[in-house]
Amino acid sequence: MNLLFAVMIGVLYGAGFYLILRRSFVKVLIGLILLAHGANLLILTVGRLTKGNPVFVNSGTDATAFADPLPQALILTAIVIGFGIQAFALVLFKRAYKTAKTDDLDEMRNTDLSS
Amino acid sequence: MRSSLILCTATRFLLPIILMFSFFILLRGHNEPGGGFIGGLVAASAFALYAISHGVTYAQQLLKVNPINLIASGLIIALSSGLFAVFNGSNFMQGYWSEFKFPVIGKIGTPLIFDIGVYFLVLGIALLIIFSLAEEEEEIQ
Amino acid sequence: MNLIVLPVILPLLFAVIMLFAWKYISLQRILNLVGSLILLIVSVLLFTTVLSDGVQSLHLGNWKAPFGIVFAADILSSVMVLISSIIAFTTALYSFSTIDNERESFGYYPLLNTLIMGINGAFLTGDVFNLYVWFEVMLISSFVLLVLGGTRNQLEGGIKYFTLNLISSAFFLAAVGLLYGLTGTLNMADLSEKIKLAGDNGLITVISIFFLISFGIKSAVFPLYFWLPSSYHTPPSPVSAIFAGLLTKVGVYSLIRMFTLVFTVNSEFLTNIILIVAVFTMVTGVFGAASQNEIRKILSFHIISQIGYMIMGLGLYSVLGIAGAVFYLIHHIIVKTNLFFIGGLIQKLQGTYELKKLGGLYKVYPIIGLLFLIPALSLAGIPPLSGFWAKFLIVKAGLELQEILVVVISLFVSLLTLFSMTKIWNEVFWKPAPKDNPEISFKHFTLSKKIMIFSPIVFLAILTVIIGFSVEEVFQIANQSANELLNPINYINKVLGRF
Repeated sequence: MNLLFAVMIGVLYGAGFYLILRRSFVKVLIGLILLAHGANLLILTVGRLTKGNPVFVNSGTDATAFADPLPQALILTAIVIGFGIQAFALVLFKRAYKTAKTDDLDEMRNTDLSS
Repeated sequence: MRSSLILCTATRFLLPIILMFSFFILLRGHNEPGGGFIGGLVAASAFALYAISHGVTYAQQLLKVNPINLIASGLIIALSSGLFAVFNGSNFMQGYWSEFKFPVIGKIGTPLIFDIGVYFLVLGIALLIIFSLAEEEEEIQ
Repeated sequence: MNLIVLPVILPLLFAVIMLFAWKYISLQRILNLVGSLILLIVSVLLFTTVLSDGVQSLHLGNWKAPFGIVFAADILSSVMVLISSIIAFTTALYSFSTIDNERESFGYYPLLNTLIMGINGAFLTGDVFNLYVWFEVMLISSFVLLVLGGTRNQLEGGIKYFTLNLISSAFFLAAVGLLYGLTGTLNMADLSEKIKLAGDNGLITVISIFFLISFGIKSAVFPLYFWLPSSYHTPPSPVSAIFAGLLTKVGVYSLIRMFTLVFTVNSEFLTNIILIVAVFTMVTGVFGAASQNEIRKILSFHIISQIGYMIMGLGLYSVLGIAGAVFYLIHHIIVKTNLFFIGGLIQKLQGTYELKKLGGLYKVYPIIGLLFLIPALSLAGIPPLSGFWAKFLIVKAGLELQEILVVVISLFVSLLTLFSMTKIWNEVFWKPAPKDNPEISFKHFTLSKKIMIFSPIVFLAILTVIIGFSVEEVFQIANQSANELLNPINYINKVLGRF
């Protein structure tokens, strides 16, 4: 189980970084999203995976067998933040595409050239 | 914008049901899966469905309030639940619960107020995003 | 001590009220000014409380320390909150006459307030994951502020700023997750103790490097700073002023906090890396500035080179070094914001930031020349202004630890800073006005607008001079905070609720 998750995280990170290095900014955005998912999955995995025991513990029962709620809370927060950021990113990239008439990042160097 | 008659009619019946369901999720919150965030998203999906079937302007008319006001009121409700404790002389965000158990809902406390705030905030933000993106689409067409 | 959360709640409250007043822009302006004034009063209160009573902490919702979220204010945090409030207040004043109606009607003022909320939250929180959340609050507000208005340059700069900062957030998140997996806690004070129990573990080094990369991107250190000079010169002047003053400094603050409180186990290895990074940051930043010919681009590159000094103070890792870094933070935020304000003023007068098209300002408005010289000379480190003392402390700390090479390079960089400042001075003030752009006047300025644009500049200039002449007091504060940072036992006990 852990191995599967580790490989999955690796794939997500690898794909994310590969896409970020592309020139088209839609691909960069997808890469960023994959990277965020990789990080979320990483938190879940290092927070110890438990199978079939949800985090709701009734008082009196042994709490050690149950999943740790904190990583899940962290991931939830990260997902919510990611939701907001990705929505913003979509609008930003769309506006940039409309204004610059290109989605090639190599052509976006107006702000870097010294005048 | 044209869309199918079936979708339009179905939406008219679905809308109140989805809204009621979102409210149920909101109240279910605290001790069971659910809460303000999910509830708000479900409610937003109801309006999004209406916007798809009837067009954005009709959905905005149905909503009646500006999403920005929804966001603002959600924030202020959530903030007030935290400030409640400050005025009681305790730490910010301290939870207070009513002694009395209400029928169906159970005990009411400041976390519920916070959740209601989140509900409106998420509803407002999701709708703001959906409406502004959809409006741009309609302009293009 | 609910006072600690007030610097976070107040901006949020005012932002919400402004959202309700979405259509009434003049009301929003007044609210912004009033809100930032109240914020300033609150942060002065917080600062004096911390100075007299020591570290303050607040357990949100009364959850006990390692489990709930804690807000804590030691001297460093409260000083940073105080300075950020000063900058918020001056920016509120400055915005009156420099921001256009269109941007105002798309939520400029609420965004400014949420930005301040995120910055103050990052300064005050005592929890690593909460720090991540405040960073995101700050970043989202800054993304929108940066591209508000939607010109092509803004969008291009925005994309670079956005992408690189998001990568840094992904690193931050991964590091937080790994840290939690290793120690089972996220409270910084608790982490400080638990991480020692984990032993000299290779994974800790990896995590610390993750944090270094993440905060390094945010504070624009050497190989990671490229987003800064390509985005900071694109938005309108008050926005770039508040960005230049505060955003990167939140990264520096987090570096200082994490690498004094949490990662002290293998500090030999880390401090060496930090020192090397600091040297390269200084040198590349100042060379970048020398090659530019636009006021805000020059100033943007100088932010990078100045960040190098602060990181160098941290890398020296002695009481004096860290005191120097804190002193430098205080001095730099005020001076840099002021320089961007003046840049904006020059642009208002002559309609451009290009050095070639500027000139002859000294003849018409010598007072602006004087106002520029104070922060510019302070930045270059001319005594008795604040920058001299900040550099003096760091150089002295370097000499004590016999890092001669680093010290020599930092002095050389300081010389080049002076060169850049004289370049701006020559081109903007002394050179006769170029023929194609001879007009220098406050065309559309009423008297009240003039007062609004000059008062923040004068205020910050006076602050610079005051810091320069009351070095003793400011150094005392910086020294005290450095002592607190290197012996964090009081902080840990207070946060964990042990007495």
